[in-house]
Amino acid sequence: MSLSVTQVELTQPAPADASRASPETTRELVIRSRKGWNPIDWRELLSHRELLFFLIWRDVKVKYKQAILGFAWAILVPVIQVVLFTFIGNAAGFNSKTSAPYALYVYAGLLPWLFLSSSITNGGLSLVNQQSLLSKIYLPRLFIPAATIGTALIDMLLSGAVFATMFAWYGFPPSSNVVYLPLLMLLLITLGLGSAFILSALTINYRDVRFLIPFLAQVLMWISAAVYPPRIFNPQQMGWLDFNPVYGVICGFRTALLGEPLQLRALVVSIIFSAVLLVWGSYYFKKAERRFADIA
Amino acid sequence: MSPVISINRVSKAYRIGVAHQPSNLREAIMDLVRAPLRRLRKYNENFHEGEDAFWALRDVSFEVNRGEVVGLIGRNGAGKSTLLKVLSRITEPTEGEIRMRGRVSSLLEVGTGFHPELTGRENVYLNGAILGMRRAEIRRKFDAIVDFAEVGRFLDTPVKRYSSGMYVRLAFAVAAHLDPEIMIVDEVLAVGDAAFQKKCLGKMNDCVKQGRTILFVSHSMEAVSGLCTSVVLMRDGRNSEKMPVDEGIKQYLSMLGDNGDVPLAQKPRRQYRKRDPIFTGLKINGPDGGKIIRTGQSITFEVEMTDLHEPGEMTLGIALYNERNQRVCLFHTMYQQHMPFRGIPGGVKRLVCEVPSLPLTPGTYYVDLVLTDGYHELERLDRADKIEILFADLFGTGKLPNIRQCNVILPCRWSQ
Repeated sequence: MSLSVTQVELTQPAPADASRASPETTRELVIRSRKGWNPIDWRELLSHRELLFFLIWRDVKVKYKQAILGFAWAILVPVIQVVLFTFIGNAAGFNSKTSAPYALYVYAGLLPWLFLSSSITNGGLSLVNQQSLLSKIYLPRLFIPAATIGTALIDMLLSGAVFATMFAWYGFPPSSNVVYLPLLMLLLITLGLGSAFILSALTINYRDVRFLIPFLAQVLMWISAAVYPPRIFNPQQMGWLDFNPVYGVICGFRTALLGEPLQLRALVVSIIFSAVLLVWGSYYFKKAERRFADIA
Repeated sequence: MSPVISINRVSKAYRIGVAHQPSNLREAIMDLVRAPLRRLRKYNENFHEGEDAFWALRDVSFEVNRGEVVGLIGRNGAGKSTLLKVLSRITEPTEGEIRMRGRVSSLLEVGTGFHPELTGRENVYLNGAILGMRRAEIRRKFDAIVDFAEVGRFLDTPVKRYSSGMYVRLAFAVAAHLDPEIMIVDEVLAVGDAAFQKKCLGKMNDCVKQGRTILFVSHSMEAVSGLCTSVVLMRDGRNSEKMPVDEGIKQYLSMLGDNGDVPLAQKPRRQYRKRDPIFTGLKINGPDGGKIIRTGQSITFEVEMTDLHEPGEMTLGIALYNERNQRVCLFHTMYQQHMPFRGIPGGVKRLVCEVPSLPLTPGTYYVDLVLTDGYHELERLDRADKIEILFADLFGTGKLPNIRQCNVILPCRWSQ
């Protein structure tokens, strides 16, 4: 390469001005090879928290930029799906299995499901899609999959607003269990973060995971009774659903919003699984992180 | 004063085999399951000798003091970029330790994290945050950044519509306003036009004046000699002692020119279309029959080209570079004389270029050969050979300007 700079004066470094902190007082950064367990650097995450918001802001902005309908998409996608699944459900006679209006029933399951599906697909692919952020710069990398969860959350809030108007439309009062909704959101976010961490780290290491992810999302949708009432199965078959942690959250949402009977066993399975997944997922992420730049 | 950066026996290995890596999903899942258990077993991830590992860095140690500007130079693959990646925390060292004091900013690529769909304004904020700035800080410096980048009018245009020059200017501007105490810069200035490169170097120079510390990788010896206070020469993953700039550049260039006693036909070259080497011989003769002449003496180049079967007329250029990697002169079959030529398929074509006088400043010069078909560089052989130009008392003053002062020595007449 040729760099045709003509002349740059050589300057001797001037003494540092007094206003700057002397190097002795600033925090010393030590870089060395770490083995085994890498603790999460909470102080770093906290000091870079604005970056997380910028990454979410970027994703939201980019997603709806140049789209004629803009934010309407966040509303249209779930609404069209609700219409579709309601139509199918009515045709199949599933609507007799629910006490609430069937469209509301479907929406109550679709709302958390769309969030999880976005966590799995967008979260899982977040690192491979932004490899230059891994190989050209250092930043708290946990934020990259975490930002997709934030984006999914914003979409969920938008379609949640539509859901609220649907309650009014049907004149169906939400159940009093709705006070537990924040706790269920917490569970949902835990599950979403855990899946995004583990899948994104796996995708960087093993590219097969990339092809597995859409398939995983599709299978999960059907085995979690996200878009149909689980009561179409016999009690023994329904019992098996309890071991699917996604099913537990979705049932929880129906209980909180529509007053459907509580599926306690499914919920407990979901809570335990989500908590373990988040801890394990972030541990696995931190462990895999050391090699991200080398293989990205 | 204690050093701002101290690098202590740092090594970095990359696995090139599949010794430990799970290769399919079944193993991957097993690996995933076992991962938390490894810690209990005190699983040891150290590399062992003999395992398939490539050592990109080996026992690199040096220290950088506050206010120093250290140039990292070396050939491609010598480990410069790996060292910068380790220093930037992008990848971990395999062995050794680095201690740094102060806010570090690393610029290994211009515009990392820029999103093409977002506008210039939005990207300033996003990129600033990615580089580690707070929103309030970016807001405070926003005008200065835009000013430096000279993109004012296009601030609300998506950067995908920017020219590459504007893109680079904006990206560098954000990074340059990070106000780091330690700046780690890879060869990002290679992009952009000359005026902008000068501006970037000027900005880096300002940082130096404020007592910042810079670690700078470049292949441009001019940028290195203009900016750095010392250099470290990297070779095969190992580093030299920190040395004065002139000394370092001299060693680097002699390393470049010194392909050992490799025959010309085996020296690395660039070709537009892959084929057997074209340049197979270069004879250089001064008046005394060697590659050493005195300034102002004549010199002859004889270029030998084998199996030149390309159809059509071709041109040949012989370029001389000085020790600072500046091109000093060009002898060409199109300019000094119009002599297009054709090759001899299967045979050897010889061209002779006689230079009646070569009045260059005493020093070492490198000879590059470039063969074109008028459009493409059919073959380019950098550092084909070197010549030594010695002092001659041309003007009877006993003195001549030196290599840092000028390249060509021409006579003149003064009066007063």
